[in-house]
Amino acid sequence: MSFINLKDKVVQVKIVYYGPGRCGKTTNLEYINRKFREQIQSEMVSLKTHGDRTLFFDFLPFHMGQIKGYDIKIQLYTVPGQVKYNATRKLVLKGVDGIVFVADAMEKQREKNIRSLNQLHENLQAYKESIFKIPLVMQYNKVDLKDHGIPVLPISVLQQDLNSRLQVPYFEASAITGYNVAATLKKIISSTVVSIQKKLL
Amino acid sequence: MNYGIVSQEQLEAIEEILTQKLIKLGVDCAIIIDMAGNIITVKDNSKSKYDIYSFAALAAGNFATVDAMAKLVGETEFSLLFHKGQDSNIHFSKIDDELLLITMFGRDISLGFLRLNVVEAIDQIKKVWDRQE
Repeated sequence: MSFINLKDKVVQVKIVYYGPGRCGKTTNLEYINRKFREQIQSEMVSLKTHGDRTLFFDFLPFHMGQIKGYDIKIQLYTVPGQVKYNATRKLVLKGVDGIVFVADAMEKQREKNIRSLNQLHENLQAYKESIFKIPLVMQYNKVDLKDHGIPVLPISVLQQDLNSRLQVPYFEASAITGYNVAATLKKIISSTVVSIQKKLL
Repeated sequence: MNYGIVSQEQLEAIEEILTQKLIKLGVDCAIIIDMAGNIITVKDNSKSKYDIYSFAALAAGNFATVDAMAKLVGETEFSLLFHKGQDSNIHFSKIDDELLLITMFGRDISLGFLRLNVVEAIDQIKKVWDRQE
């Protein structure tokens, strides 16, 4: 749940990047951290293992300017993608306002994407949230790999697997080069802010 | 509890409690956050500069982890945490199921004295917070 401070006129919005292990959640945040440096006042926080895998979460606070006199502070989080860390994934989802589901477009990751999305559905239910109601954006990451001869799933297949029932906005992306990283972020911020406004009115 | 939005009047009352009970005692910084990592309010002695947004995110994660550990050993909760450093210390105390009071203080305050004041502050904050129900 977003937190609204009526005294200082600040709205804090929590957006979580969710997805299977090594799909590029942290890479998304790292790109945003580099690209939008002037809107970010602090360092990105990463709790990771020695092997650079996310252990708990990454955190990046992001300033979006004002809407109707209210300062919007976007808090970007990632979850650890590895299967064994579901307990921590669940903790990070507490109070979430919007979710980016980062899917790995590599052919061999097809099943992992589906499993991760199903688990997101279950984890949200634990907080009495619904995957069908919460603002959600799909990102099909690593599309640049087809230029390197690595088999990548066609968007139609990814849509069929992950987005046939949800019908949420989606983007092909390459977090490492930055392709559509900003577009994904803009989309989730606008969906989330609109949803918060609706709840308040 | 209508958690999510707090009125200006309530925030001012809570800030006054933090100032009277903790800042005047000599703590560097007192923060109230929710369990999702949002900052409700901050009071400091205007000397210390911390990156409070990152701090809140990490603190909420830390507390949630300890809470999960409590359940593993058959406790319903560990309602307070204390981290001791060379020059500064951090004390975490649960206000209710959604709120957490974090106090940062130096070497010149004894933990026992701080804890007494934290308990009193929490009692008063609860009264202000429950008014919105």
